[in-house]
Amino acid sequence: MALTIQKYDAVVVGAGGAGMRCALQLARAGLHVAVLSKVFPTRSHTVAAQGGIGASLGNMEEDNWHYHFYDTVKGGDWLGDQDAIEFMCREAPKVVYELEHMGMPFDRNPDGTIYQRPFGGHSAKYGEKPVPRACAAADRTGHAMLHTLYQQNVRSNTQFFVEWMALDLIRDAEGDVVGITALEMETGEVSIFHAKCVLFATGGAGRIFAASTNAYINTGDGLGMAARAGVPLEDMEFWQFHPTGVHNAGVLLTEGCRGEGAILRNKDGERFMERYAPHLKDLAPRDFVSRCMDQEIKEGRGCGPNRDYIELDLTHLGAETIMKRLPSVHEIGINFANVDVIREPIPVVPTIHYQMGGIPTNIHGQVVVPKNGNPSTVVNGFYAIGECSCVSVHGANRLGTNSLLDLLVFGRAAGDHLIATALSSKAHKPLPADAGDYSLARIAKLDSASGGEYPQDVANDLRRTMQTHAGVFRTQKSMDEGLVKVLAIAERAEHLSLKDKSKVFNTARVEALEVANLMEAAKATMTSAAARHESRGAHTVDDYGDTPEHPLGRNDRDWLRHTLWFSEGNRLEYKPVQMKPLTVDSIPPVKRTF
Amino acid sequence: MLTDAQLSKLRWRCRRGLLENDIILGRVLERRGAHFNDDEHAQLLTLIDLADHDLWNIIAGRSDDYPAHCDAMVRTLREARVTP
Repeated sequence: MALTIQKYDAVVVGAGGAGMRCALQLARAGLHVAVLSKVFPTRSHTVAAQGGIGASLGNMEEDNWHYHFYDTVKGGDWLGDQDAIEFMCREAPKVVYELEHMGMPFDRNPDGTIYQRPFGGHSAKYGEKPVPRACAAADRTGHAMLHTLYQQNVRSNTQFFVEWMALDLIRDAEGDVVGITALEMETGEVSIFHAKCVLFATGGAGRIFAASTNAYINTGDGLGMAARAGVPLEDMEFWQFHPTGVHNAGVLLTEGCRGEGAILRNKDGERFMERYAPHLKDLAPRDFVSRCMDQEIKEGRGCGPNRDYIELDLTHLGAETIMKRLPSVHEIGINFANVDVIREPIPVVPTIHYQMGGIPTNIHGQVVVPKNGNPSTVVNGFYAIGECSCVSVHGANRLGTNSLLDLLVFGRAAGDHLIATALSSKAHKPLPADAGDYSLARIAKLDSASGGEYPQDVANDLRRTMQTHAGVFRTQKSMDEGLVKVLAIAERAEHLSLKDKSKVFNTARVEALEVANLMEAAKATMTSAAARHESRGAHTVDDYGDTPEHPLGRNDRDWLRHTLWFSEGNRLEYKPVQMKPLTVDSIPPVKRTF
Repeated sequence: MLTDAQLSKLRWRCRRGLLENDIILGRVLERRGAHFNDDEHAQLLTLIDLADHDLWNIIAGRSDDYPAHCDAMVRTLREARVTP
């Protein structure tokens, strides 16, 4: 069947912060750029980011990129690649000022400089004291950033394809990426986008968990496409739990709460973080705070009739501060917890928030895979940026405000790299003769199936299983059991049926295609987690206790390495962590205390 | 009553960047979507054209900055804030 073919210099999949920052760089250089998005660009999940962008501007107190670098390495429990972390932290002030010049409405100090607030894990003088480093636009930083970037892209003639779902990568006989297939929801037609390069900026797969702060669109589409095309996924066992998801709703209360002075309390009203993190207290990194909360609940000091949540207390901040600096927190309290945070504490629990792993890349955003003994061989024509990628700057646990920073730094870097390679003067590589066949076969299978289960039923089973077996509390036994269950669910997902087989705007078909992507992300997570026999960052396993040889259960001798999961054969390989920064001394692993 | 195609399209356009909106819009569609009349359908389409935070401000009751003809749907969305 002949498919419509559209030709572009670059095709960006995903219109969140990373995709739009990269597209802007390319479009401004005069390249012919298409951006595909399942939803209207300003409805991408970047819009939900509240806290800020981390950059050592030093507008409030002394700060510099070396401190930011140290916090990021330590926050990531030494799994982050130190060359990439140095690159990101050094570029941070530049990308923030660029955004300011594009019209981003940052909060200001009286002298006109960008206001910076304290944030969990941000310190000066290598952990000595907290430092305000988060550049924010009230608690709507992601919203402001997304709208700023969208307007700039429209001005620069980026071409948006809205309500288009990318289906599969197209690789030629040499393994180079030469395009993608995509489904236009309005018509149900599949097209080929023939490109000199494809950039994935598809976000995370947070919807593989039942309790998640992620919007429903976060189904890991880029991960699924990469995995099906033979590209491994890196460090997928590491998922960040946000300490302050509203109990029973999942809706996120920004970490800015704690930056502004909110306090976590147990059933006795005790500020328990003073016991666990005497210096940073409630501002310790997310994984650490989440584990402490879990510990309080496990030891019977949780709040409420079932002792199953912790209370976040903002009452001492006063109505004026709450309404000025944290207005959305007040709203969320009213709407999802029936609590007025000005007058009473709000129930919170650690909730899945961010995917540290993803498609492996280098600091230019180029996708890299192991080949002929080189663990980082570039896949020509293929880039990944933002949450769907693993560069790896977040290591085993992301530092708060480094997600928006990651989008800006590596979105820009990927664009710059493509421009430097003189993409505009290169010719398109030919498409393989069977370019669209695989995607068409997947859709034909869905359309012809009968008697199978419905996509959402299988997806809900997957989410419950992942929550139980790969949540904040992990044991080796539970993960091993979880892996068996996830593989069984993946088998069921091979035989889905659709209630609706029409072509036009068939949401059921789109959801079934999303389930296929969720499955790849979940298999990668569960397989990688069950195989990592240590505790590190967000991957905390109860079996591996705190010993002098293995501080907090971390085993650097055997496990200071990145996981690579391959979909074919559900197999794993490993590659070394880059401990050598670009220009400064390496920060060697030590016990992570705060 | 909406056609299957109308409902399917509406359901997709209720996918948002903010989980808060996903939850409330999802509740309303689940409870009443299939029985929307043309006027209710038009009201919801107008509202979901708004940016995520503007829509959330309205649902949360912090803003009344919406076209007057959407009054009934705004009430429906606000009522859906109460956890079932």
